[in-house]
Amino acid sequence: MTGSQYEKWLGISGRLLVALILVFVLLPTVVVTLSSFSSTSVLFFPPKGWSLRWFERAVSYNDFKQGFYAGLIVTAWASTLAVVIGTTMAIAITRYEFRFKRTLEAVLLSPLFIPHFTIGLGLLMLVAQLDLGRGYPLVIFCHIVLVLPFVLRSLFVSLHNLELRLEHAAASLGASPLRVVWTVTLPLMIPGLFGGWLFAAILSFNEFTASMFVTTQATQTLPVAMYNYVREFADPTLAAISVIYIAVTATLLILANRFLGLGRVLNVEASR
Amino acid sequence: MTQRPAFVPWFVLPSVLTALGLMVAMLTVFQFSIRAHIPGSLDVGGYTLDNFQDLHKSIYINAFVTTAWLSIKTAFFGLLLSYPLAYALVQTRSGWMKSTILIIAITPLFLGEVVRTYSWIIVLGNSGFINSALLAIGLIDKPLQLMFTQTGVVLALVHVTMPIMVLMLATGLSHIDPAYRRAATSLGAGPVRAFLTITLPLSLPGIVASLTTAFAWTFSAFATPQLIGGGKVSTVATLVYQLGFSSLNFPFAAALSIVGLILTILLLAVFKWMTHSLQRVGAQ
Repeated sequence: MTGSQYEKWLGISGRLLVALILVFVLLPTVVVTLSSFSSTSVLFFPPKGWSLRWFERAVSYNDFKQGFYAGLIVTAWASTLAVVIGTTMAIAITRYEFRFKRTLEAVLLSPLFIPHFTIGLGLLMLVAQLDLGRGYPLVIFCHIVLVLPFVLRSLFVSLHNLELRLEHAAASLGASPLRVVWTVTLPLMIPGLFGGWLFAAILSFNEFTASMFVTTQATQTLPVAMYNYVREFADPTLAAISVIYIAVTATLLILANRFLGLGRVLNVEASR
Repeated sequence: MTQRPAFVPWFVLPSVLTALGLMVAMLTVFQFSIRAHIPGSLDVGGYTLDNFQDLHKSIYINAFVTTAWLSIKTAFFGLLLSYPLAYALVQTRSGWMKSTILIIAITPLFLGEVVRTYSWIIVLGNSGFINSALLAIGLIDKPLQLMFTQTGVVLALVHVTMPIMVLMLATGLSHIDPAYRRAATSLGAGPVRAFLTITLPLSLPGIVASLTTAFAWTFSAFATPQLIGGGKVSTVATLVYQLGFSSLNFPFAAALSIVGLILTILLLAVFKWMTHSLQRVGAQ
């Protein structure tokens, strides 16, 4: 084989490999979509007839509606607070020195390897021992702890890439440190802030394992309600709600990609 | 960097409070693990080490072995499938290809563990996609048992952890200066050699980060082993949940969590040590 033939062969097999992996990623989505239109209540593949009845049941099922609203409340609070906590901390850590800085960083990044069920269990036992209720604050705090490492990562990257000279210029022109943060650092961090917030919101809305421990019937989020449904019923209602989830998500992602450039937000753009 | 403006303590305060909350919760787990269980009550008794002695039973040892094994397999196969995707995502020059790979690869991240696990049940079941397809083309004459097996659980777990691995690998790959590769190619290295000697070693930090995350996610995965394993695949997470909510034995659930946490830290330390040695080999 000549060099160019070899490279061509390499290119083709590389492309084939990527295509096969994409098929693997897409397979469950395609299968669940086809099953959601099934007319029978027993899951067969391929379905024996077609209907929309499972979609009607999915949108009218009370636990799903409640779970959706509870999930929105938890996600809105948790992702926003996580971005506020993460931004102030990231600025303080990258720009100033203070005691126990490394300890603080290590503790807040630790949920990356502490199993979620351990964190959920710990918070549950803590509120039980202090006789506090298991309300929204508990769920929101739990989600903040879990998403904060991802927010911090995204913010550290964007602070690292900032031109420090811009901050020095503002300071040398007489701006107070707080004013520098407010008028120079924060506006420049906006892509990172948005990326961090998006990531936090996604992870929070989908968080399941820790939520299992800290939610109650009143505060159960959508994934918990869905899990309880699968344990009780075997019909394709869950397939229908999954398809709604997939359709909404894919649309949002395509729009986000079109208007914001997901590659930039997620920090996977190549440096050329 | 030298003098500290007055606002800094206020900037640090929210994160310190969050960190304190987390530390107190972890101390509570530790504290519960050395308290006696009072059957039928959520209150705990006096201090004791009995919970840790009970962990010698084979059901718990097996759960630890299963969980560690599942996590290692998932991280390994996840890396094998995620790396080519991340590489293609960063390398492709066509904007259309980039968007397609990105959207397909990360959409599952937005779907959560429950939706994806449920989808895999339809794929793996006895009358599911794989068995129907294989029966239809005559490759098998009775359905393969995929549900309630470790293989099924690993397949689904790889799928669950792939999006985050692709993102982390792509972030690492995208920050490699293309000049290194060009230099290697201009000195006569073929594409394979340039990849093995330049891109792969430089992407090691991304590989370590993604393996660590995949490992941790699998270790704490609950829905996938519970639903696809269907009680046949016991992991630390499923046992902790059963102990906590079916038997209401929180002290024992806490003891199991503590040992699980120690095991995670040990395995991650081994990972780190291995990559350090790898990096040293790569540097020579």
